[in-house]
Amino acid sequence: MKKLLPYWLVSPYILYFCVFIAFPVVFSVVLTFHSWNIISPMEFIGLDNYIQLVNDRLFWQALYNTLRFLVVHIPLQIVVALALAEFLNQKIRGQAFFRGAFFLPVIVSGVVVTILWQQLLGFNAGILNRGLTALSLPKIPWLEDPDIAMYAIALMATWKNVGLYVILFLVGLQTVPVQYYEAADMEGATHWQKFRYITLPMINPTIFMVVVLSTIGGFSLFIEPYIMTEGGPLNSTLSAVMYIYKQAFQYYHMGYSATLGFFFALLILGVVAIQKRYVEQEV
Amino acid sequence: MKIVRYVLLLLAALSFVYPFIWMISASLSSEHGIGSLTLLPVDLTLRNYTTVFERIPLGRAFVNSLLVALVTTSLVVVLGAMVGYALARLRFRGRNAIFYLIIFTMTLPFQITLIPNYITMVKLGWVDTYFALIVPFVMNSLAVLLFRQAFAGLPQALIDAARIDGCSELRIIFQILLPNILPTVLTVTILTFMGLWNEALWPLIVIRDESTMTMPQMVTLFSVGGRADAQLGVKLAAAVMLALPILIVYLFFQKHFIRSMASSGLKD
Repeated sequence: MKKLLPYWLVSPYILYFCVFIAFPVVFSVVLTFHSWNIISPMEFIGLDNYIQLVNDRLFWQALYNTLRFLVVHIPLQIVVALALAEFLNQKIRGQAFFRGAFFLPVIVSGVVVTILWQQLLGFNAGILNRGLTALSLPKIPWLEDPDIAMYAIALMATWKNVGLYVILFLVGLQTVPVQYYEAADMEGATHWQKFRYITLPMINPTIFMVVVLSTIGGFSLFIEPYIMTEGGPLNSTLSAVMYIYKQAFQYYHMGYSATLGFFFALLILGVVAIQKRYVEQEV
Repeated sequence: MKIVRYVLLLLAALSFVYPFIWMISASLSSEHGIGSLTLLPVDLTLRNYTTVFERIPLGRAFVNSLLVALVTTSLVVVLGAMVGYALARLRFRGRNAIFYLIIFTMTLPFQITLIPNYITMVKLGWVDTYFALIVPFVMNSLAVLLFRQAFAGLPQALIDAARIDGCSELRIIFQILLPNILPTVLTVTILTFMGLWNEALWPLIVIRDESTMTMPQMVTLFSVGGRADAQLGVKLAAAVMLALPILIVYLFFQKHFIRSMASSGLKD
């Protein structure tokens, strides 16, 4: 009986793993070779789903949209978070207040942030455009222009998540030994030099963690464009998860939707693996 | 120089806080007052809030959200502690295998399991039930790893003494050890509760029946589906009600929230 105890304790995990991880992964592979609308029996169609995927312009559009999102979101996130963390890492009054403020959007639901930003980004009444008008600059059609909408969403996502990365960078900055800075001071290094040659190399691991986490986050993008633009204008904010969702729950193409999910997951694993490998080389 | 730094920080903080203040005061304003940028509501009114309750059963959704989040979070703590304890303090065959399974699970993108998991829910007849909202989330790999780490750091003497006194292993876990790792319990609780409270995609998939919907799902459908018409104030009021519970908890536990999130990002 005693010997069985550990197994009894870990049994919830085993059960969970079998039902919600192992089975779905295997079943999703099986599904990719079938056509199925859930109601009628599954129909084996060989590689048809994969052929459809390769020729599906909308899916490639969704991937391209994700790429455009990441290209703006990741650098912006790193620069803003690092700048704020640098400021906060000095002796400053009201540390707790500032951290608390930056963190506010992180804890709130993406649904809330999106509804809020829908108003901020409005063409006529939005705060951002009012600011531009006040500076006598032209208004920007944030959500109306297919070339801009995804970047507007990237801007919002940065605002939402940057507080988390400020905290992570603060943790990273505190691991840099003070002696390095003291030595640099003796040599008469400027503030920028200290940042460039001491801080930046030392927090490299944190930077790459931020890259990996925001890549995964970007690949999971769904609720923000779903509420904000419903994928429009002209599918310019259609995200991959949104497209998978639509294929399954609007058109009931379960097999095809699973194929998209399977392919997309492999892609994410590949991208993250490459990033991780790069980190290991750097560190 | 120092003043410049404060001014910049203050401006940055303002850009994170002001939109929330604007949202709350706009939700309390009349429709024509929403366009303004003031801090205080224009023509203070609760109309937007009453309209939300007239159009959607948000009270019911609140109760659903609370129930789902509380039950699931409790189960995550209990089950996570059991598995974490076994992995940290007991020797058995397959222990390492399970540990690697957990790591593997964490790296797996959810996009791959999304559709099959929905089908599982259909086959089990759980669509439109609380089971679909609770059961797939009762086990959490990150929670298991956090518990494992915390339990591994406790002295063996604590466990030995309890065993000599004839404590059962479950009592050791929950009565002796858990009180010693309260920060971890709090971290797991905050992360799980927050994640569940804010989760919108999964409910959108498995729930069609309004009486079982959670708050984020209800507010999403309300805001996308056109029932808010084009009334900004009504949408904002719904969003404020979705945000408020978490904001209130955050005001009380700010430090713990930040610590939890910091530890969630740090993979060992």
